[in-house]
Amino acid sequence: MSNVPADLKYTRTHEWVRDLKDGTVEIGITDHAQHALGDLVFVEVPEVGRQVGAGEPVAVVESVKAASDVYSPIAGEVTANNAELGTTPELINQDAFGAGWLMRLKPANAAVLSELMSPTEYQDVLKAEGA
Amino acid sequence: MGRRTPLFNLHTELGARIVDFGGWDMPVQYSSQIGEHHAVRRSAGVFDVSHMCVVDLRGEKVRAFLQKLLANDVGRLHEPGKALYSCMLNESGGVIDDLIVYYMTHTWFRMVVNAGTRDKDLAWIRKHAAEFDVEVTERTDLAMLAIQGPEARAKFVTLLSPAGAQTAMALDVFVGREIDGLFVARTGYTGEDGFEVMLPANDAVRVWKELNAMGVASCGLGARDTLRLEAGMNLYGNDMDESKNPLESGLAWTVSFEPATRDFIGRGALEAIRQRGSPLKLVGLLLEDRGVLRSHQKVVVSGVGEGETTSGTFSPTLERSIAFARVPAKTGDHVQVDIRGKLLNAAVVKPPFVRNGKPRIDVAVTK
Repeated sequence: MSNVPADLKYTRTHEWVRDLKDGTVEIGITDHAQHALGDLVFVEVPEVGRQVGAGEPVAVVESVKAASDVYSPIAGEVTANNAELGTTPELINQDAFGAGWLMRLKPANAAVLSELMSPTEYQDVLKAEGA
Repeated sequence: MGRRTPLFNLHTELGARIVDFGGWDMPVQYSSQIGEHHAVRRSAGVFDVSHMCVVDLRGEKVRAFLQKLLANDVGRLHEPGKALYSCMLNESGGVIDDLIVYYMTHTWFRMVVNAGTRDKDLAWIRKHAAEFDVEVTERTDLAMLAIQGPEARAKFVTLLSPAGAQTAMALDVFVGREIDGLFVARTGYTGEDGFEVMLPANDAVRVWKELNAMGVASCGLGARDTLRLEAGMNLYGNDMDESKNPLESGLAWTVSFEPATRDFIGRGALEAIRQRGSPLKLVGLLLEDRGVLRSHQKVVVSGVGEGETTSGTFSPTLERSIAFARVPAKTGDHVQVDIRGKLLNAAVVKPPFVRNGKPRIDVAVTK
């Protein structure tokens, strides 16, 4: 069973969202997602200042096997991206919920955070996928 | 559920992720695909290739049969156990499959064809075997392991009798022999030294575990793909198929036009293409910009035209992205590849990218 930290929100497409309590959120892909992708070799993160919509493809993570889009869980403005991933994409494999974060976002509407999946709901998604 | 090899249960016990490959449930990776890749380049790894189809061909006229069936010429094989890589073509020169054929005796050749093409291959072989009175037997009783890497041969032979070990170590490249009840061949699909071993299906699990115990890493189809691409070896279905001929697939070297009297299937069509010059060729690409090349990406050749990548990946050895691409024959030393709408720069290079653990192309271009 994959690691699903209790203090994060999740999406059905395997992104996680951390409320940084400073008006921004941090976003990455879950441990389950990195495990399914395998060894990551290339990551493309969004430019700071970019306005993104909910469900919009904002980043690309590529493993040896395949390329996969990452979708923004919520709408907002990109306030930071993880430049470390440019040279060390394997940070996502090593620490998907920490050093492997992809971007930070200033939500257009912070209230939608509560509409994202809880850890329990995400666990159910993983179970349904046979993970 | 797909077909399963005798090693399927062991793969799942070893924690492999299983995927469908040509109708078979096969391990794609055990732990880390890159780790498995490096194990083969640096020491030794073992692959389950039991899904591949081993076919024995027997008859007085078997050599004449294969001289008709295959684009490469088995007339060159005289030493027992000597192997030949060849395409099997249709009448229009398209590749039905690529395969390895071993000369066993003057009335017996052994062929290894791809798993995904098994049914059509067997039908085609049987159709043409009839007029040569050649008996076609699929060897479903055999499992096949590929043990590859600089330390692979020395480790594997410790499982043989002392005399068998000596015989196996003395095998020349691309030669196989029956040793201690196994068929051991110095062949592979990784660009490293090693063996491909055919053995009774019941022995496969024991041999795999013994290899693991000696430090030979379990390796999946994922690593097999990055290894073969670095080694400059084609994958059937990606780099060529029935709509593509060997001359536009980097396989002209496998077509034996001499002697001119040998009338192999597809010869007429290939000669016509060769005479006017193939308009397309298969080349290697090394991505200069950041990103990862994949199959079916558009290749833009400035002032010449367009082509397409046929296989692409991240090369763990070069730590760069590499690919094969089918491009116009006039393509020079530089192209651009359309990756998600962006045109990225790539150098045209001559495969192999890596052989025997060492880079074979200069990666000292802008990263």
